[in-house]
Amino acid sequence: MDSNETFLVFPDPAPPDLVRCLDLGGYRWKTAAGAEAVRNGNESGETWTGAIVAADTQPEAAWALCRELRRGDVATEPLLVLISGAQLDELGSADDLFDDFIITPFHPRELEARLKHLLWRAGRGARPEVVNYGPIELNLETYQAMIDGRPLDLTYMEYELLRFLTANPGRVFTRETLLNRVWGYEYYGGARTVDVHVRRLRAKLGEEHANLIQTVRSVGYKLGQSRWKE
Amino acid sequence: MVQRQQEYVLRAVEERNVKLVRLWFTDVLGQLKSVAISPVELETALEEGVHFDGSAIDGFSRIQESDVLAKPDPTTFELLPWAEGGNTARMFCDIFSQDGDPFEGDPRQVLRRNLEAAHQTGYSFFVAPEMEFFYFADGEPTHTPKLLDSGSYFDLTTSDVASDLRRETISVLETMGIPVEYSFHEDSPSQHEIDLRYTDAMSMADQIMTFRLVVRELALERGRFASFMPKPLEGMQGSGMHLHLSLFEKDANAFHDPEAEFALSKVARQFMAGLLVHAREITAVTNQLVNSYKRLVVGFEAPVWVTWAQNNRSALIRVPVTKADKPSSTRVEYRSPDPACNPYLAFSVILAAGMEGIRQEYDLPAQTTRNIFELTAEEMSDLGVHPLPQSLAEALDVMEQSKLVHDALGSHIFEWFLRNKRSEWRAYKSHVSQWELERYLPSW
Repeated sequence: MDSNETFLVFPDPAPPDLVRCLDLGGYRWKTAAGAEAVRNGNESGETWTGAIVAADTQPEAAWALCRELRRGDVATEPLLVLISGAQLDELGSADDLFDDFIITPFHPRELEARLKHLLWRAGRGARPEVVNYGPIELNLETYQAMIDGRPLDLTYMEYELLRFLTANPGRVFTRETLLNRVWGYEYYGGARTVDVHVRRLRAKLGEEHANLIQTVRSVGYKLGQSRWKE
Repeated sequence: MVQRQQEYVLRAVEERNVKLVRLWFTDVLGQLKSVAISPVELETALEEGVHFDGSAIDGFSRIQESDVLAKPDPTTFELLPWAEGGNTARMFCDIFSQDGDPFEGDPRQVLRRNLEAAHQTGYSFFVAPEMEFFYFADGEPTHTPKLLDSGSYFDLTTSDVASDLRRETISVLETMGIPVEYSFHEDSPSQHEIDLRYTDAMSMADQIMTFRLVVRELALERGRFASFMPKPLEGMQGSGMHLHLSLFEKDANAFHDPEAEFALSKVARQFMAGLLVHAREITAVTNQLVNSYKRLVVGFEAPVWVTWAQNNRSALIRVPVTKADKPSSTRVEYRSPDPACNPYLAFSVILAAGMEGIRQEYDLPAQTTRNIFELTAEEMSDLGVHPLPQSLAEALDVMEQSKLVHDALGSHIFEWFLRNKRSEWRAYKSHVSQWELERYLPSW
């Protein structure tokens, strides 16, 4: 997967339920602060797989961002907006600014289905099939993990944790963030659960690759180095 | 979430060409049991569970109802890297009775219930065991076990067979997601220790079941025999399973208080006091064999007296020294259990004893700093210190009177365990040993 196959997400920080849904679906994403940030990005040739704009909290900034995305040489599409039920009237005057919409709070399945459909209509594959970093390769379709080309047998949670870290190389995540994003809200093991799973993952990666997952003292964990210029 | 986990397991079976899925569970005595199914049966097994006749399983049987339902836990799906070309996988199961309730005879359900109860008061229970065992030339019970080497503690020059075996075992354990903290050659010849990294008590009980199997299977593959028998050789150190215990309250170690003496919080002190008060009652579960009590004797670093101390290896509870900047590692070490126990039940009664200390706000007595092995029974009694039960019979007598153990295990297992173990003791009591013949026959 190329690094430009990334969804733009607004606002920053992104709504947690949206984040979780995208992460579980294996989509790569990056937040944008607003229209101006996007304009600057466009000028430096940044492109996006699509955009998901939550317009329910800061509607004006959100619509401004949508306008920016539709401008330029290549309009960003598909563009999915998230609005509250009370905003349905706003849609009429913003007809050309989005490809589809969802009313919040949304059902994760609905978001996934709409995204899939939008990508398909735009003539692109459903979702990224492979995530890799260095010797790690994860096939999202078959749930298979490889290290140096040999299969790595993981439990479901180990797989989800490795996928999340691999999809976001170089980013430091606190234990709490990992718990929320990987385990979800229904889980109550506490941050120790994260430590325990990181240890299991390192054990399975083997001595040679155990240090791919680094402990960031008093913060959390990260995998490898970022491929984006921060 | 559950659906995704099931889908994950089904895909893994397909992609990794798994030919056989073993559904694991544990009988009341702590023996691993397995029902094997083929991949085509897996989806139904995950959704509906697998029915089987429980009457053949120790501690499961009941006169009226013998059919039980095993539901695989998809989070425990692992390939068994050594077995049948790596085409075999396993999952632990929870057992349910016909009416859909958690089955009272299932040790995993018993631990789940005890962990749930602790969680209701805000605590999660973490355990790290030190697993001791012997490698012998064979498992033939008709002669004294033959040693593989004459190495001793931290010895680097010991026989290679055992060291290779241990290394290989650790590599398989790590592949299966069981991280190892340390491993070394123990005090006695042929004795080894592998310490596992701490995790939540349920995963750890599962890991100990897996550990015992991996150690034994790999030894057999090399034509050797691994044993977790608590005291296989007279006059030598026995095999213990010291348990490092801690409670976490959300993300904070509830045992840690930087201001307090030894950095032990009030919760830790009450938990320890609970363990001390109820130690005698829970010993039948943590040390369940006739042979277990031959390890708990003076002179071999095994605990004999119900005491605690900071860093005194003769005490029942030890408080290991931890680094000041690592509050998460504050813990207490409970030293009586042996590796032949049922880990689900042992963790259940240990947790129940500690939680009782917290609930009743027990006071922790002063630590015993003198080397208690040098004190006489009278001196100990003057100090108000009691001995652990000296035999399985005594341990069962104390356990039978314990409401705490009864409630922790539930009536079904409590009663079955006492019946089964009483009969083990009766069989032992009527046995005339070589020792008796040698000692008495010439003179009487």
